[in-house]
Amino acid sequence: MSASRSPKDLLREMLRIRRFEERCAELYQAEKIRGFLHLYIGEEAVAVGVMGALEPQDAVVATYREHGHALARGIDPGAIMAEMYGKLEGCSRGRGGSMHLFDAAKRFYGGNAIVGGGLPLAVGLALADHLRGSNRVTAVFFGEGAVAEGEFHESMNLAALWHLPVLFCCENNLYAMGTALERSESQTRLTLKAASYEVPAWEVDGMDVLAVGEAAGKAVESVRAGGGPHFLEFRTFRFRAHSMFDPELYRSKEEVEIWKQRDPVEVFRTRLKADGSLSDDEWEQMEREVTEEIDGAVDFAERGTWEPIEELTRFVYSEGGSS
Amino acid sequence: MNSPRTTTYREAMREAIRDAMNRDDRVFLMGEDVGRYGGCYAVTKGLLEEFGPERIRDTPLSESAFVGAGIGAALAGMRPIVEVMTVNFSLLALDQIVNTAALYLHMSGGQFNVPVVIRMATGAGRQLAAQHSHSLEGWYAHVPGLKVATPATVEDARWMLSTALEDPDPVIIFEHASMYNMEGELPLDGGPVDLATAAVRRSGTDLSLITYGGSLPKTLAAAEELATMGISAGVLDLRVLRPLDTDAIIAAVSATHRVVVVDEGWKTGGISAEIAAIIAENAVWELDGPIKRVCSEEVPVPYSRHLEEATLPQVQDIVAAGRDLVAR
Repeated sequence: MSASRSPKDLLREMLRIRRFEERCAELYQAEKIRGFLHLYIGEEAVAVGVMGALEPQDAVVATYREHGHALARGIDPGAIMAEMYGKLEGCSRGRGGSMHLFDAAKRFYGGNAIVGGGLPLAVGLALADHLRGSNRVTAVFFGEGAVAEGEFHESMNLAALWHLPVLFCCENNLYAMGTALERSESQTRLTLKAASYEVPAWEVDGMDVLAVGEAAGKAVESVRAGGGPHFLEFRTFRFRAHSMFDPELYRSKEEVEIWKQRDPVEVFRTRLKADGSLSDDEWEQMEREVTEEIDGAVDFAERGTWEPIEELTRFVYSEGGSS
Repeated sequence: MNSPRTTTYREAMREAIRDAMNRDDRVFLMGEDVGRYGGCYAVTKGLLEEFGPERIRDTPLSESAFVGAGIGAALAGMRPIVEVMTVNFSLLALDQIVNTAALYLHMSGGQFNVPVVIRMATGAGRQLAAQHSHSLEGWYAHVPGLKVATPATVEDARWMLSTALEDPDPVIIFEHASMYNMEGELPLDGGPVDLATAAVRRSGTDLSLITYGGSLPKTLAAAEELATMGISAGVLDLRVLRPLDTDAIIAAVSATHRVVVVDEGWKTGGISAEIAAIIAENAVWELDGPIKRVCSEEVPVPYSRHLEEATLPQVQDIVAAGRDLVAR
């Protein structure tokens, strides 16, 4: 898929995520969205670049900061917004909310809000493909905070030991909630950890969608060709607070401002403009179309319905007997 | 009709695995030392040679990763049997069992069911000390989304697995380690059993002994001894702790009006407390006496033989509870 995406498509994808989440923040203030809301703003290049390298038959496992991944994977924005509203029309029937977006048709396995919890799952999805002789790839996203979890090391080892088709995508945004990487890891070069499991591991500029796309493309190609698991560390930064409850006491405004100079959307837009491949009119049109799409999503969510309370106990167990 | 044959709980379980592997390509088994070692309780002995290392997979000591991998493979359409060596080590995989396997179907609005089977040995009684002697079946039964099976007979050991594998949702099978050598009869024309109902293992008129898993043989022995004293004790084997067969529990209480719950777990917050609460909620007027519980002492299970014996429910404890109740 990556080859078919023009730079303008990539910009549009990032812009969709940016504007969608800005709207989410407003809707949170308006109390339309409740619970935890973790914004991906600043990190859009990672999801867009990686998703572009995947095929529809591949699988994706994401974290609780997964709006961007869900949008980039092609889940309907109306279904995502309705999910945040808690509506029946949401992509998880309103049972998951912001942190638990699911879509079986897109092979999008959540939305896992336990740090590190998605990694073993991804190993299993890949194991199933290995056992069937399928050449599908499973991409799993996690933050650098997950690297401190035992599940990271167990999963890395198992995937490498069994040579499974997993693409480990570490989104290193430098802070695990409020804990800086150097305050939680004795070894802060994360690729070394992956390399210690004999997993090819590359550091990638996560603020540059082209760099992400290129690295992901190469890694996916290698994984699909039977090269075993690969690990990509995307160096990125979240511009917003950890969640809507975070007063951001652990990092300076200056640090945030420095990273904002590398805004993946703005820098890429300026670049396309400078090389003549994006006119002002095209940008404005892109903004308008994205706004229309988000308006439509919000409208869909507003018009959505509440799941009847009588259905509360549905899907604790499967309906319809044996599988 | 074919005559029954005698076999052990261990062999019945192995036969169940072999049968499942032969019948369905999607089934594979993984866990610690299930292959070359032959299984720490020898349940899987010989299966590696029969099915090869792709389907009988030895795993590293990474409970969270391989249980999670089983869940992931199940999500992708396989039918994994994950063997966790013992319930004690399953605590290292609690996140995957409770936060992933049990939640995914509901949390995804019905999109992602997890047809995984997780087997583990449970229980005390072999002087293995506190860290190898837990009975935490009741903990798992606390969690909606899981099914908890506790085969206590050779027949259930043989046939519960296939039903569990056909179940679209996660099933945990607890095998009490003291039962692997237990012999029993297996009807040659036996077949799949349900994972929903309790079974009356002995009928009685004076009182009902309600139990499951590794406590069933002790409870049956106690009923036998009570019979010599002229007390007719029925024995209800719960078989499955989630979903609990509430109807069978109420029926047993209504038939005898006296009940003793026997459980190797601790009382506090345990499955015995749940059973007592079900009786209190649904059948309190049927009772002619208090609900009695014979459970483990509220201590970590000690190593020393006499202390371990004093900790666990023993036949004499069950007999004493039954006698006391009938004498009232």
